Amino acid sequence: MSELIRLESIVKSFDDTVVLNGINLSVAENEFVTLLGPSGCGKTTTLRIIGGFERPDEGRVFFDGKDITNMPANQRPVNTVFQNYALFPHMTVGENIAFSMRVRNKPESYIKDKIKYALKLVNLDGFDGRRIDQLSGGQQQRIAMARAIVNEPRVLLLDEPLGALDLKLRQEMQYELVRLKKELGITFLYITHDQEEALTMSDKVVVMNEGYIQQEGTPEQIYDEPVNAFVADFIGDSNILPGQMTDEKLVRINGVDYPCIDGTEQGFPPGRLVDVVIRPEDIDILPYGQGQFNGTIISKLFIGVHYEMLVQSEDGNIEWLLQNYDQHDVGEKIGMKVDPENIQIMHKPKSEAESARELDL
Amino acid sequence: MIAKKRFAVPFIIWIIAGTVIPLASIAYYGFTSRSGGFTFANITAMFQHDHMQALGLSLLLALISTVICLVLAFPMAMVLRGSKYGKQGFLIFVIILPMWMNFLLRTMAWQVLLERQGVINSILVAMGLPRQEMMNTPGAIVLGMVYDFLPFMILPIYNTVSKIDNHLIEASYDLGASRVKTFTSVVLPLSVPGIVSGVTMVFIPALTTFVISNMLGGGKINLIGNIIEQEFTVNSNWYLGSGLSLVMMVFIIASMLLLQKFDKTGGENLI
Amino acid sequence: MRKIFGRVYVVIIMLFLYLPILALIVLSFNEAKSMSVWKGFSLRWYEELFHSKLMVQAIANTFSIAILAALIATIIGTLAVLGLAAMKPRTETVLMGFNNIPMLNADIVTGIALMLFFLMFHWPRGYLTVLFSHTVFCIPYVILSVKPRLNKNTDKLFEAALDLGASERYAFRKIVLPELRPGIMSGFLLSFTMSVDDFIITYFTRGAGINTISTLIYSQVKVGIRPSLFALSTIVFVTALVVLVAVNLRQKRIDAKQAY
Repeated sequence: MSELIRLESIVKSFDDTVVLNGINLSVAENEFVTLLGPSGCGKTTTLRIIGGFERPDEGRVFFDGKDITNMPANQRPVNTVFQNYALFPHMTVGENIAFSMRVRNKPESYIKDKIKYALKLVNLDGFDGRRIDQLSGGQQQRIAMARAIVNEPRVLLLDEPLGALDLKLRQEMQYELVRLKKELGITFLYITHDQEEALTMSDKVVVMNEGYIQQEGTPEQIYDEPVNAFVADFIGDSNILPGQMTDEKLVRINGVDYPCIDGTEQGFPPGRLVDVVIRPEDIDILPYGQGQFNGTIISKLFIGVHYEMLVQSEDGNIEWLLQNYDQHDVGEKIGMKVDPENIQIMHKPKSEAESARELDL
Repeated sequence: MIAKKRFAVPFIIWIIAGTVIPLASIAYYGFTSRSGGFTFANITAMFQHDHMQALGLSLLLALISTVICLVLAFPMAMVLRGSKYGKQGFLIFVIILPMWMNFLLRTMAWQVLLERQGVINSILVAMGLPRQEMMNTPGAIVLGMVYDFLPFMILPIYNTVSKIDNHLIEASYDLGASRVKTFTSVVLPLSVPGIVSGVTMVFIPALTTFVISNMLGGGKINLIGNIIEQEFTVNSNWYLGSGLSLVMMVFIIASMLLLQKFDKTGGENLI
Repeated sequence: MRKIFGRVYVVIIMLFLYLPILALIVLSFNEAKSMSVWKGFSLRWYEELFHSKLMVQAIANTFSIAILAALIATIIGTLAVLGLAAMKPRTETVLMGFNNIPMLNADIVTGIALMLFFLMFHWPRGYLTVLFSHTVFCIPYVILSVKPRLNKNTDKLFEAALDLGASERYAFRKIVLPELRPGIMSGFLLSFTMSVDDFIITYFTRGAGINTISTLIYSQVKVGIRPSLFALSTIVFVTALVVLVAVNLRQKRIDAKQAY
């Protein structure tokens, strides 16, 4: 896959607030890349810089090897699906889709065919005469997609396109987006604060916080091997605990030693203070006394497929978050164990900003 | 990105020529004597007996009219709020319609009704009752003010009252409040912005009018507006007129500031 | 009980608002000049009204000033909204403060202030000074109606148009202007009615030779009310009625269409 978009040390501030702190990012042709992060992390600004709606203070934007940093938005070979869609309210669905083609003075017969094709693609055949306010949220979302793709952009920028939809529709649209991307064969650069969306759809996830890229990688890498506590915490419910390496590939948490798969080779020599991530579904429940450590269930929630439990360690120092398919009662004493490959050792950040800067280097 | 600063250039010129310089010229004339020197005489002229009397009467009549408008308007706004959609539209239409008639004609209508040879007196005479002297009294002026300005009180109050969420009122009942309690501690506080803009829209024109007092007061009752108008149109003493206007503006600004204290939204409901 | 009280109250207010107008309408058809004697139906006061050169001239002045003032105010006001949006919030607040002055200030003060301004700069008072003064008090209304239409959403739509390849000019014409149009229209209509309705500011800024309907009424009332003014009242009332009904019906049709 060849590189299509490259950001080189992008810096951007608004009124003395630095929102982007030197972003480097590469997006390959035909890739589905997601920028993931909490609001205010800089992901939208990054997208707007690529779309041409903001100029970076420093750094360059390359498209297909060409510097487009100063190219106006209306000349860039990218199109955007806006948050809340930005459909033109005084135009019909057909007129909205036709807009970019009319701007380019395409013949009306061509426009007509294209509208038909685009509506078919988003499963809204025959909607061209409808007014925008007659559409449901999900339909508006599809029209926004249709409008953005008729111009055959090489990259589609999607700014939290599912943010305004309810849960069920959002899940449906996730499949729809993946299907669309396959059919169109173009690059998607997607923005969201929803980790589930990011993990299910993307080829590559870029986690951002406070204007820095925290980690980029495949969804599996991000989920299984978060590089720091922020990523681990943001990507899902986790047990993030302070620990210390006591021996080669042995970490001590709350007085108990656990074998793990990281050691000196990975930068965690014995004696080093570390953070440890253990996913709630990776903790196995055993009868009392038969696991690596014991605890008492102090609360239990049924959340659909599985149960979520809070378990207090016997000395009362920590609470573990567990997810399990089996039912256990509150007050029950249980034993627990974690397999070595499910223990993720991370460097301890000195402070959040410092750790971010370190990662950026 | 749509916006370009230079688009505002004509607007800024208009503000300077139409608002800033004219207001500055009132200040200039107000502090200048006829011979051209600096003076406070035009300001202190307000303390002359005639002027004080006119100012006092203006404040009194404006206050009375405002209170009457408020008392009449609030029940009307509540009735409007409680009406069904179609009827509501009709009632609002009926209230707006008189506003579209030139207010001189509306004021004239009361002159026709109240005059010695007017409609009401001829009805009284036909019924064998004695003629009443109704024109040229402060009462007639108040009546004219209330008639002219009442819609300006009803509409802003209705605007805020209609936006009060019914759930709030139900919640108040649910929590055990009586009708009266609900009105005084839920409805009334929430309608303050509407009341404030309604009061502004009635009190200031009433305080500064010279037309209503001229038409229904027969030129015999002078309000501060009449005094100022005469200085400009009859006596051509712009210096004195400006000085008195400055004093009147102090009262306008003071009443606005006072009202603003009640309304934390900052006068957004003014139209 | 509450309902009955409400109804009675509405009827009382209606009578208060409309009886005086009704009296004028009835008297306008009275053959007699008296306000107290009915001498039979006649249209003579309507004839007198339309034969009055002064009145016809005043009507022409009123409407030509209103249309021109509303037009100028709408152009300057709409441009101002676009200009203000590009300014720093502080500058914008200051300018909006000045913008609100003519609207909040008492008309008599605005009137004499403008009169002094014309006197100071030896601008002979007449048609043009009235027109200028009317634009001064109309612009705030235009700005207040157009400004809310230009918001974050308009920005987004503008960006969307650029994103789809439109030039700034094209995006402005095809997207921004249609978004602002309802505000521009209501600003124009508001200005027009404010201008037609104005008396006080016109009174101070007109020259001796020029009258609008308002100033003519005032000067005639001062001399003594003639029934031709009742005829004028009737015409004004009926016109307002017809216009408002038409506007309301049109709005209903639009609402109905939207409901479908």
